[in-house]
Amino acid sequence: MFTIVEKRILNDSMTLMAVEAPYIAKKAKAGQFIILRVNEFGERIPLTVADYDREKGTITIIYQKVGKTTLMLDQLNVGDAILDFIGPLGKATELGGYKNVAVIGGGAGCAIAYPQAKALHGMGAKVDMIAGFRNQDIIILEDEMKAVSDHLILTTDDGSNGNKGFVTDALRKNIEDGANYDLVIAIGPLVMMRAVCNLTKEYNIKTLISMNPIMIDGTGMCGGCRLTVGGKTKFACVDGPDFDGHEVDFDEAIKRSRTYSESEKEATREYNCRLMEGAKNA
Amino acid sequence: MPNMSKVKTPMPEQDPNVRNKNFEEVSLGYTEEMAAEEAKRCLNCKNKPCVSGCPVGVRIPEFISCVASGDMENAYRIIKTTNSLPAVCGRVCPQESQCEQKCVRGIKGEPVGIGRLERYVADWHMKHGGAETFEGKPNGHKVAVIGAGPAGLTCAGDLAALGYSVTVFEALHTAGGVLMYGIPQFRLPKEIVQKEIDGLRDKGVDIQTDMVMGKVLSVDELFEMGYEAVFIGTGAGLPSFMNIPGEELVGTYSANEFLTRVNLMKAYLDEYDTPIIRPKNVAVVGGGNVAMDAARTAKRLGAENVYIVYRRAEEQMPARKEEIHHAKEEGILFNLLRNPVAIHGDENGRVRSIECIEMELGEPDASGRRKPVPKEGSNFEIPVDCVVMAIGNSPNPLIRSTTEGLEANRKGCIVVDEATMATTREGVYAAGDAVSGAATVILAMGGGKEAARSIDQYIRSKADKAK
Repeated sequence: MFTIVEKRILNDSMTLMAVEAPYIAKKAKAGQFIILRVNEFGERIPLTVADYDREKGTITIIYQKVGKTTLMLDQLNVGDAILDFIGPLGKATELGGYKNVAVIGGGAGCAIAYPQAKALHGMGAKVDMIAGFRNQDIIILEDEMKAVSDHLILTTDDGSNGNKGFVTDALRKNIEDGANYDLVIAIGPLVMMRAVCNLTKEYNIKTLISMNPIMIDGTGMCGGCRLTVGGKTKFACVDGPDFDGHEVDFDEAIKRSRTYSESEKEATREYNCRLMEGAKNA
Repeated sequence: MPNMSKVKTPMPEQDPNVRNKNFEEVSLGYTEEMAAEEAKRCLNCKNKPCVSGCPVGVRIPEFISCVASGDMENAYRIIKTTNSLPAVCGRVCPQESQCEQKCVRGIKGEPVGIGRLERYVADWHMKHGGAETFEGKPNGHKVAVIGAGPAGLTCAGDLAALGYSVTVFEALHTAGGVLMYGIPQFRLPKEIVQKEIDGLRDKGVDIQTDMVMGKVLSVDELFEMGYEAVFIGTGAGLPSFMNIPGEELVGTYSANEFLTRVNLMKAYLDEYDTPIIRPKNVAVVGGGNVAMDAARTAKRLGAENVYIVYRRAEEQMPARKEEIHHAKEEGILFNLLRNPVAIHGDENGRVRSIECIEMELGEPDASGRRKPVPKEGSNFEIPVDCVVMAIGNSPNPLIRSTTEGLEANRKGCIVVDEATMATTREGVYAAGDAVSGAATVILAMGGGKEAARSIDQYIRSKADKAK
């Protein structure tokens, strides 16, 4: 059992949790992920390690309440325990040797982009962060991102924070203004990462993305997380989760990500109904 | 008087048309009378050819004569001296190519149903027997076992019996390995595996789940933590694909994923959240036990047509005869001498059909089986909404890629001295599918036993030198 030691509501849809997992905390690095299972009947879902504290023995995760599993997770509080918490899985991002990097996060993806920026910044690279959100109300980790970057640009789809636009608009502007990036890291929804990759391809800038496909075991056993990268089949769990964004077949990844969308919607709807029932009866 | 019947006492089974809609066990097991009747077919041969056919050397005639005389507890005790998982082995061992193949009664009729008797004794003990007592005196030495599958559990059990303090590290959330995630409930009920595992825990074996070794702890760290030897039984858990167009389509599963969702993650039960495609028409590619398991599982999930697509003929199928027979009874359709060349999808990227080519058998290949050769221009399509690839697994590379000095061969199998199961790294032993590539439960157990013996010798000789 893995005890929750901190829970922080970041906004209406996103929550941060620090979980006691001393073995994993000793080893985790930026770019790696964990798999958790809330209870006996739950699914195993992968979540990126948002931060770790080797001394306290904790792993920080940030999740968006999008499906039944994350809704169930959100019912837990400090002192409660998660049944299974497995990691650190996947390869750590190779961040050494870069001087000038743009780290881009889209929505909940900022939680994954943040540790990358933090690691790069710690290694002395110049880091520009671009973070995009649908609107001002759901901006997360603003102070944290500011602290680990030389320059932070926050954009919103609806302009509610005074800076309307997509992350790609901000990135293009930076590049055209002469930012000489030797690496772009983009983490967020598949369509956002695809848009960033299409843009950086024009300028021939190496681009790393973090994939989060459907998976079960996270050790290469099920093969469910397979992707086509540079024409070859790769498993996100052991070959990734980071890949060269210019090589990834996004169309295929988007289709595969919808494998269970119907049954997920159904499960989430039922679960929400039960939560509402519970609230009424309480 | 021995029972001179030429055929085995039949095993009661669920009706095929009932069982192909449920996940209850197919074979119902002998009654006490049936077990006694079958036990009396054993001639109690002096030279015991059956024992030589068993990878763990179960004392077969001895336990069978106890069954014949009604002394089940003693029968169980005899089996347990060499086999730590009898309820499992009685169900999933390929007895027809092991103990039963050597049975003298098999010369002029059917061999004694050794597997069925082993299962009866193990089940009897689970129902009637008390908890097993821990016999080994703690000897103060620590051993780590990586992987809680048949090889690891056997090695752990044998070492614990010798007095070692054993910790088993398992990557999944449940111990059991392929017994839990791979073999379906209807062939090996998970409660039975769980009881065997609980038995090991009672013996003092510490089983830690959720530990992906090679990631969370390395072999070197285990030695630093005071473990004096490490056993690797990480299995063959890396699925093979055919590398044909369309394998990326939604609805194409590896057998590992399909079976794990159903067996370990209980996708067939409503109260579990595990999603699974419930296909109407399914093609399962392959001819081994895993292919049969996947096909029969798909049928139970409600599929109307389930096709086995296999590139050779039935005689060359690696699956057990009994599994092929059960699959046919349950309505699985066999497309033999056919090989997939592509999977086709619809506009949403979901599987629509599988395109196959007819094959004929040519000269024998490296495996000794006649090599299938495609017949040009014989392509045809089977409309399916799901394809399960059950064409094999290779060893998982996680451990060997993070352990220095651990040699593996071209196929990724860990290299061991076959007599001792010692790897190229001192103090590290390995067995099971991680060494052999995908094989059987009992062979993995045989290797685990051998390794336990070697580890005991290794630690004792080291302790002697230190004195």
